[in-house]
Amino acid sequence: MKITKKEVEYVAHLARLEFAEEEKEKFTSQLNDILMYMEMLNQIDTAGVEPMSHAIAQKNAFREDSIGESLDNEAALANAPDPRGDFFRVPKVIE
Amino acid sequence: MELNQLTIHELQNRLRAGEATALEIVQALFKRIETVESRLKAYISLMKEDAFEGAIRADEAIKKGDINPLTGIPIALKDIYCTKGVRTTCGSRILHNYIPPYNATVVEKLQQAGAIFTGKTNMDEFAMGSSTETSFFGATRNPWDPERIPGGSSGGSAVAVAADECIAALGSDTGGSIRQPAALCGVVGMKPTYGRVSRFGLIAFASSLDQIGPFTKDVEDCAIIMNCIAGYDPKESTSVPADVPDYRDFLSRDIKGWTIGVPKEYFIEGIDPEVEQAVRQAIKVVEGLGAKTRDVSLPRTKYCLAVYYIVAPAEASSNLARYDGIKYGYRTPDSLDLLDMYKKSRSDGFGAEVKRRIMLGTYALSSGYYDAYYKKASQVRALIKQDFDEVFRTCDIILTPTTPTPAFKLGEKTDDPLQMYLSDILTISANLAGIPGISVPCGFSGSGLPIGLQFLASHFEEGKLMQIASAYEKNANLEKRRPHL
Amino acid sequence: MKYEAVIGLEVHAQLLTDTKIFCNCSTKFGAAPNSHTCPICLGMPGVLPVLNKKVVEYAIKMGLATHCRINAQCSFARKNYFYPDLPKGYQISQYAEPLAEFGHVDIEINGEKKAIGITRIHMEEDAGKLLHDEHNPVSYVDLNRTGVPLIEIVSEPDMRSAEEAAAYLKRLHEILVYLEICDGNMEEGSFRCDANISLRPWGETAFGIRTELKNMNSFRNVQRALEYEIKRQQYILDDGGEVVQETRLWEDGQGVTHSMRSKEEAHDYRYFPDPDLVPIDIGRDWVDEVEKNLPELPLAKRERFMGEYQISAYDAGVLTVSRALADYFEEVAKRSGKPKIAANWVMGDILKFLNEEKKDIKDCPITPSALADLIGLIDKGTISGKMAKDVVEQMYQTGKAPTAIIEEKGMVQITDESTLSKIISEVIEANPEQVAQYRSGKEKVFGFFVGQIMKATQGKANPKIINDLLKKMLTKS
Repeated sequence: MKITKKEVEYVAHLARLEFAEEEKEKFTSQLNDILMYMEMLNQIDTAGVEPMSHAIAQKNAFREDSIGESLDNEAALANAPDPRGDFFRVPKVIE
Repeated sequence: MELNQLTIHELQNRLRAGEATALEIVQALFKRIETVESRLKAYISLMKEDAFEGAIRADEAIKKGDINPLTGIPIALKDIYCTKGVRTTCGSRILHNYIPPYNATVVEKLQQAGAIFTGKTNMDEFAMGSSTETSFFGATRNPWDPERIPGGSSGGSAVAVAADECIAALGSDTGGSIRQPAALCGVVGMKPTYGRVSRFGLIAFASSLDQIGPFTKDVEDCAIIMNCIAGYDPKESTSVPADVPDYRDFLSRDIKGWTIGVPKEYFIEGIDPEVEQAVRQAIKVVEGLGAKTRDVSLPRTKYCLAVYYIVAPAEASSNLARYDGIKYGYRTPDSLDLLDMYKKSRSDGFGAEVKRRIMLGTYALSSGYYDAYYKKASQVRALIKQDFDEVFRTCDIILTPTTPTPAFKLGEKTDDPLQMYLSDILTISANLAGIPGISVPCGFSGSGLPIGLQFLASHFEEGKLMQIASAYEKNANLEKRRPHL
Repeated sequence: MKYEAVIGLEVHAQLLTDTKIFCNCSTKFGAAPNSHTCPICLGMPGVLPVLNKKVVEYAIKMGLATHCRINAQCSFARKNYFYPDLPKGYQISQYAEPLAEFGHVDIEINGEKKAIGITRIHMEEDAGKLLHDEHNPVSYVDLNRTGVPLIEIVSEPDMRSAEEAAAYLKRLHEILVYLEICDGNMEEGSFRCDANISLRPWGETAFGIRTELKNMNSFRNVQRALEYEIKRQQYILDDGGEVVQETRLWEDGQGVTHSMRSKEEAHDYRYFPDPDLVPIDIGRDWVDEVEKNLPELPLAKRERFMGEYQISAYDAGVLTVSRALADYFEEVAKRSGKPKIAANWVMGDILKFLNEEKKDIKDCPITPSALADLIGLIDKGTISGKMAKDVVEQMYQTGKAPTAIIEEKGMVQITDESTLSKIISEVIEANPEQVAQYRSGKEKVFGFFVGQIMKATQGKANPKIINDLLKKMLTKS
């Protein structure tokens, strides 16, 4: 087993997803198959290989510090499911 | 021939000669869409009104002699590009009502070139899929056999071009999402070099792999679209500030003396014999044009899929964190508190495949697994790129099949994600290495399904791809067919 | 048992750029909610970040000013977590490759110097703001602050008392403000501090279990919170208990720290290189260029002032509290040629006026050259020191030049001996009783005469001349 149901639950929480019991089982088994497949990567010796995080090696992309156009408040909130006044409203954060 | 069946360059000639108007083209197209769209479902949203207005404006411009490269040409956009004021869903429930306040750079570029937009095409949800079956808005069908999938994720764009529901279309390619559906629908599809076409306004799936490209009816049209969309964009940090040649210049050049690498790892077990036969035949065609072919090896090919299915989900898990039910998109109507709102909105808003990949990616980045998965995959990725660099030292072009098989049936692979992933096995490597690739039609299977041929070139060698694809297209003597609908 | 505190600070400083770190929105504080936002900082689908070059420049400045090594290559990573003030679901920060490392800041406690190590300085984006509804279980999100550039300055756990921590924090603050890369406003949150603190028995080298303190929005609160936390931990340890590793919030009103209740599952931020941003190469040229334009820093300035102007360490400290004040003083000192007197005027009247109105030296209505003129007039004897006190007040209120005020009010000192002699004779004649007293040896009445003369001249008589003349004339006949 590469991944247990408990780990699936932990990862789901990290990703802010939830699954019914049945789905969890299915996901655990599917993810297991996929992760088993990934095992093949251990056949390759990668000691000292610089990880490639970008497809093309580029450097130093900058912009100048000059003010551009912002959206007005109405446009910023236009797609919000629950706008209130000038704000996005959300259920209370429980601490 | 109806106007909607013509290519961009054919229509350009007619428009300039006054033999057709943009309005007539758009009328023909929407007539076609009305006839076939209910069977194919290539589009998520149509932009009929915009298209007719655009056609009227284009005809006025043409009258004044104000003609740009795409003036009066109707083009379909994958529903992954942000279009100001036009709903952009990415094939997902979570964005089912999202109206962007800005345009993607490519959309602006096409507009400046005079293009008319016909609508937003269907796609796998967040471009995650190889069959356009994971769309929240239902599956798209292959026009050559509506029981079959059109490929994906840009299936809607491929179908719209193949079924003459637009003249050309844009798609996006993260692991083959342009080339694979182009092959399965019998059209030309190109994935440019990473950094060549701006990603600004392309809804991200996997940022280090995503690239935008055209679907067209022939290679010349591909060059025309690339001329309009390629180039540096200061809004994208990974955009490459390199000069863009006129790609049409490459169309009439020959390929005499070129060396074409044929990687043995791409003629894998499980490759459909008809596909292999068609590709072997294509090899003969290019040899007939004076190119030498050589067996080459890309030894880490078998690791590509594993690397891809770590890197892409890892990036996606982060890119898709913004869909949280706060600023835009779907929010669950009932929630107990913030955490519950997050979980319900995301779980109801995303489909199964997207959730599977978010889970996979989150796991690959999580504490204790980062080194074993994400970092390891990124290292192997570097080695895969080295393999390509090595081959391109001695070869101008690499030639492979685009897909292992022609289009499969709807539902055939939906329950087995790994089998679905394997259908991308021949296209993924180009995204990992950042190199450009093109798929061109190379015949049909016995049951009448299109087969695709893939050419790959070194970074920023799109011109070479146009050159060989065009030479092949002109000399392959392929039977001209249209799907019966 | 006797314990030693081990303290490390994490400081977040908002950079004074015009625009946000990855988009062109304004960073200005106090705009209407969600009006300084654009698709990029709202985290809309499809947007991409492009780095503001000035942010890098400012971060290099801070790195150099704190003796850090500026790394030849640095890069951005994504820190993934969900929170309503974080629109992308991740914060763009630096992780494996920060901009600067291995620095230090010197502090001084009771004359003893100590270097506090800087682990790293990195660039990142700020989050938005949440307002909690007092009556309903909802919160409101304002994303104006989202994407405002920050540098995070992480110290080594080198501080051993709340006092040291406060001194370190003040030094950092002073440097940032001197560099003009941060306004240092703690109330508006442009300078924020979190602290890690643990105790260990004296002589022990291993670290104890630490707590993280948040919500301290002034220097005083940082010191108070640490003092409180030291006591709290000491009490637990003395009692044989164990400190719980957790985040605690400083409650200013009650003067205590409260546990945030460990809601958080251990953080799992899933850092990975941001594929949308490219690495930053900082070549020697760039560093040299920034270094060349680095202003003189407070510590160096202080030492120079003590040497060059012969002023006390205390005075040098007060006068270099801000770069603007130091510049002001220095100009007055140079123009007047009387640095010590200049120091007294600046530290005395000028700062008093400004403090009364809570004004900054930049808004002082008296220009350095006007103050230097005033000092010159005293030196020449045109006005007395006492008169100057009135003049400076008038200058502050009207912004007029000292000569103009003196002229207007006829405040010119009377130095003409014959005029003064005449006045003195008159006073002597009018007060024969006091003259007799003086001559019989009761010299105290001398002051009485001075007072009378000043009264007769409305305070304009030159005191030194009066002194001499009066003495002469009283003893004469």
